[in-house]
Amino acid sequence: MKHIRSISEIGKAGVLAIVERAKQMSEINSRPVPKVPALRGKTVVSLFLEDSTRTRLSFETAAKRLSAETMNFSVSTSSVNKGESLRDTIETISDMGVDAFVVRHKSSGIPWQIEQWTDASIINAGDGAHQHPTQALVDCFTVSEAFGVDSFEGLTISIVGDIRHSRVARSNVEAFAMLGAKVIIVAPSTLLPPDVGHWPVTISNDIDDVIGTTDILYMLRLQSERMDQGLIPNLSEYGNRFGLTEKRVSQLPLNARIMHPGPMNRGVEMQVDPSHLSQSLIHRQVANGVSVRMAVLFTALTLNDDRDHAIQGLTKEAAQ
Amino acid sequence: MSVVFRGGNIVTNEGVVHADLVVQGGQISEIGSGLAAKEVVDISGLTVFPGFVDLHAHLREPGREDTETIETGSRAGAKGGYTAVIAMPNTNPAQDNVPTIEFVRLQGQRAGLLEVIPSGCITMGREGKALAPMAELAKVGVKLFTDDGSGVQDPLLMRRAMEYSKELNVVLGQHCEVSSLTQGAVMHECGCSSDLGVPGWPSIAEELMVHRDIELARLTGARIHFLHLSTAGSVELVRQAKLDGLPVTAEVTPHHLSLTAELLRGFDATFKVNPPLRTISDIDALKAGVLDGTIDAIATDHAPHARRDKELPLDQAPPGMLGLETALGVTCAALDLDPLAIAQVMSVAPARIAGIADRQGNLPRVGVAANLCFVDLNATWMINPETMASKSTNTPFVGRRLRGKVVHTMFNGDLVVRDGEALK
Repeated sequence: MKHIRSISEIGKAGVLAIVERAKQMSEINSRPVPKVPALRGKTVVSLFLEDSTRTRLSFETAAKRLSAETMNFSVSTSSVNKGESLRDTIETISDMGVDAFVVRHKSSGIPWQIEQWTDASIINAGDGAHQHPTQALVDCFTVSEAFGVDSFEGLTISIVGDIRHSRVARSNVEAFAMLGAKVIIVAPSTLLPPDVGHWPVTISNDIDDVIGTTDILYMLRLQSERMDQGLIPNLSEYGNRFGLTEKRVSQLPLNARIMHPGPMNRGVEMQVDPSHLSQSLIHRQVANGVSVRMAVLFTALTLNDDRDHAIQGLTKEAAQ
Repeated sequence: MSVVFRGGNIVTNEGVVHADLVVQGGQISEIGSGLAAKEVVDISGLTVFPGFVDLHAHLREPGREDTETIETGSRAGAKGGYTAVIAMPNTNPAQDNVPTIEFVRLQGQRAGLLEVIPSGCITMGREGKALAPMAELAKVGVKLFTDDGSGVQDPLLMRRAMEYSKELNVVLGQHCEVSSLTQGAVMHECGCSSDLGVPGWPSIAEELMVHRDIELARLTGARIHFLHLSTAGSVELVRQAKLDGLPVTAEVTPHHLSLTAELLRGFDATFKVNPPLRTISDIDALKAGVLDGTIDAIATDHAPHARRDKELPLDQAPPGMLGLETALGVTCAALDLDPLAIAQVMSVAPARIAGIADRQGNLPRVGVAANLCFVDLNATWMINPETMASKSTNTPFVGRRLRGKVVHTMFNGDLVVRDGEALK
């Protein structure tokens, strides 16, 4: 798989393969020296044209643990600030000889637009409100780990919050449904995207209607600018209607779990401190980020290589 | 100098007649059989139309001469069979003052490929705040006023503009878009925009303004022309307004008759346009509107853009697509129109709406200005952006089979396009 851009492009088999591969990576990460030579000689460029902490750091860590060279691109010091076009930036970096771009951009569709300007693999680290496939892969891996299952058949996952502006929601709806989960999206109508009758979801406007039957409560971040846009009256009304409160935690089924892709908005969608909650998988999501992104880089960058050689690299004890 | 076009099918008031046509002194001097002249052009198999009239083209001069000039836009128009083009006023400076209007007209005359007719702004700088000096502009020949690129948002200002336009006997062209409903919009609001995670441009943003302006026309009695209608609801509103006898007219673009929002799935800004490409059911309603006369005219909304601008992220790329060279081919591929209907929507009706029927949009007959185009209605062809006359290449029709090709164009008695090639 050359590019990792959207869950639908990756497909069910691809999602399962990456999750499976992430388990191997997780084993590597538990070693005293968590580094293997699998991607030695490969160059990975981080092109983050929008702020990010965890995604960026987990990709960089992942690349280093697989012994890839990493190149970092920062907007504030680059020619993008001198008005260089994205095309020129991509072509210039490509000329230096790179194998993969890890791209984040505030506009939907960038990973598809730049394909025409480079031969390198393109890994989508978040494009606008469109897709964030590696987050969805992390979340599938985390659910799989927590529930000890590969198929999500029989699980009900409720995604709560600003679905309209969320790339995490778009990727996760597809990925969770692909693996067999029943997915419910929960939000006020103003924060739901229009005309999504074709999405594989049930729609609810009331968290209290679904909380008692939810196996995984997936909370999304609510940004305060949604108030200025007239999408919600104010943050406290939103928090009361859709936030995770102590009371709602107590209404969850016994084995239910809570997830959040971060960064959290405490006091809005998270009115409880998740670090005190035994149900929380939030730390697992972050921890698994590196393993899954190692699996993603490995999948994208060993496509045309001698696979056996690459896999051999994976199983070697450690890089020298 | 006289020239005889021999053996064509001429679209006349009496229907399509097989005849020769002689042009002399810039006018049609004879129509009949066995005619002779100094120069002979064999047009057997071709259909003779009045030169097409485009109500809606962005020629980008003054301001963005890197994307189109009045000369290159005129050449594109001539190749598309046009002998008159209304130049939209969203230039820089905007066409809200006499010198700019006269400059645009003069540049058109210098190019000499077709008649470039400047439209005027309704409001100063197209800002929607204060009326442009419409009487002053009307005095130098402006007949159509519009803020195209945006609609006049304030109902009071629009009411005043309509009252004022009525006494000047000019027509207002409205770009119907309630802008508060389309903030940041990239494409039609639909399941596809939700999948792509981009803000949508809902149909109702157009229909609300169509409805408002129909009611203002009812109130004021002023003429209103609706630019580039794109939704089924708009067609129905205009149909009802015409049944009510209101002085409203409407146009549709070839791309809104043929392309849908699904094309945006590849994130190619070539397909980004305002109003946006919509759905199959909108296309069906627009086609029905053309066929039953609810929609009066086909207009291109020819909108050249630099490649580097169209290569911006989809949400930042400017909306618009080329149209002058493909309008006939796209329209005929989308709609089964007889030659008289083609003449009506491409030439006669737009000339009447633009107030230039004294010299444009007249079916060929002896004594009228020789503004003509000669079309092979059976030709199927594909557009090659590299050989287009336009300075830009943002056509969405690459790889699509078009039907009906302009072979020659005559402007005021001069052949300006011959065998598909511009002669100047």
